[in-house]
Amino acid sequence: MRTNITRQQIHSPFVAKIEELSGQNLLACYQCGKCSAGCPSVDQMDILPNQIIRFAQLGMGQELTESKSIWICASCMTCNVRCPKGIDIAEVIEAIRQIVLRKRKDHVEVKKLTDKEKAEVPPIALISCFRKFTS
Amino acid sequence: MKLSYFPGCTLKNHAKNFEDSALCSLKKLGIDVEELDRWNCCGTVFSMTTDDLIHHLAPVRNLIRTKEKNSDKMMTLCAMCYNTIKRSNERVKSDQESLDIINDLMYKEDVKYEGDVEVLHLLEILKNDIKFENIQQKVVKPLKDLKIANYYGCYLVRPKEIGFDDLENPTIMDDLTSILGGQDIDFPYKTECCGAYETVDRTDMVANRTYQILSSAINHGADVVSVSCPLCFFNLDARQKQTQQKFPEFQNIPILYFSQLMAMALGCDEKSMNFNLHYIDPRPLLKEKGFI
Ligand code: SF4
Ligand code: SF4
Repeated sequence: MRTNITRQQIHSPFVAKIEELSGQNLLACYQCGKCSAGCPSVDQMDILPNQIIRFAQLGMGQELTESKSIWICASCMTCNVRCPKGIDIAEVIEAIRQIVLRKRKDHVEVKKLTDKEKAEVPPIALISCFRKFTS
Repeated sequence: MKLSYFPGCTLKNHAKNFEDSALCSLKKLGIDVEELDRWNCCGTVFSMTTDDLIHHLAPVRNLIRTKEKNSDKMMTLCAMCYNTIKRSNERVKSDQESLDIINDLMYKEDVKYEGDVEVLHLLEILKNDIKFENIQQKVVKPLKDLKIANYYGCYLVRPKEIGFDDLENPTIMDDLTSILGGQDIDFPYKTECCGAYETVDRTDMVANRTYQILSSAINHGADVVSVSCPLCFFNLDARQKQTQQKFPEFQNIPILYFSQLMAMALGCDEKSMNFNLHYIDPRPLLKEKGFI
């Protein structure tokens, strides 16, 4: 992948927003890759957890908000408990999801779920799905 | 000992087998349980962004309900409720400003929340308050020769603030299993995520996880897999249907709540197990082993 990095992008409001919403210091990450190594969802992801942190450091907002990975991550917290730098990666991913959702761009469209789909799963599945994937 | 109990939404329908078997076990252990009045859904997931206070209201409101019972401890059964309420509690306890805002938003409540309720999971209560050795004395039907793979999933152990057990190698359910006379089977997927709520729109992804987790348990010799979360239960039990469609060689395995295993060992009535709520019926195996 070829990408241009600009000073402006790195100091963009996007980076500040991610740091604020997640409460994390993105620059603490030294790209060891341990988060991605233990993530159970990497086989489905287009941008891996350690790459998400790097992209966030560099202010690559469009790539992140359009990525598949943010909807694949199930906040299982495996990465958080393993990061040697104490970074809460799941919170960074939540921040990106929130940036998208707060623009009223729902990932799961409740109206499109059939009655059968809704009746089949327990309330705990529906409520958590709507909490994570709708605004 | 009297316990204030927060059931949560799913325990009243899909996970009635969890609730009834847990309550029956506690009765057998001589513990009084009182369900909270007017409890509400906890929201199921912890609010993870720093500015999102509104989603802490639901958990905190349940803590107020606990105070109204003149209690300073709340018992949960569902691992997701436990995680959500406990983390919200920790969040407001460590941040007075947030707590003040939340109390202000709930100005119609008679009682103010002051961070003075402790959130506990039944497993913690069994281990620390009732104590495993006392449970062992009450076992009437040891789970002899039953090989149990204990699946912890995510919310019972992570993140660190939950402080429930070892993060990478939790053992509390295994310890309970051996107290009940069963044989605990160690397997490497015991804390691997089942896919959680992805089950709503990514059934295929969950089928892959179920396949991985359960195949590993089976290959390590398990007869049954024990869980503590109704969402894990659904993904590992009901999603075996999709798992089998995708992987025809996959062998089914019954999923049980740890509370059902305990209830069985303590001599609870089969009615409290609600086996009709299982997709994979555990009864043939349990009958064969002589437990029911
Ligand atoms: S584990 Fe932590 S330090 Fe290592 S790449 Fe991931 S976020 Fe960065
Ligand atoms: S929280 Fe998300 S990114 Fe981290 S290990 Fe779990 S699925 Fe992967």
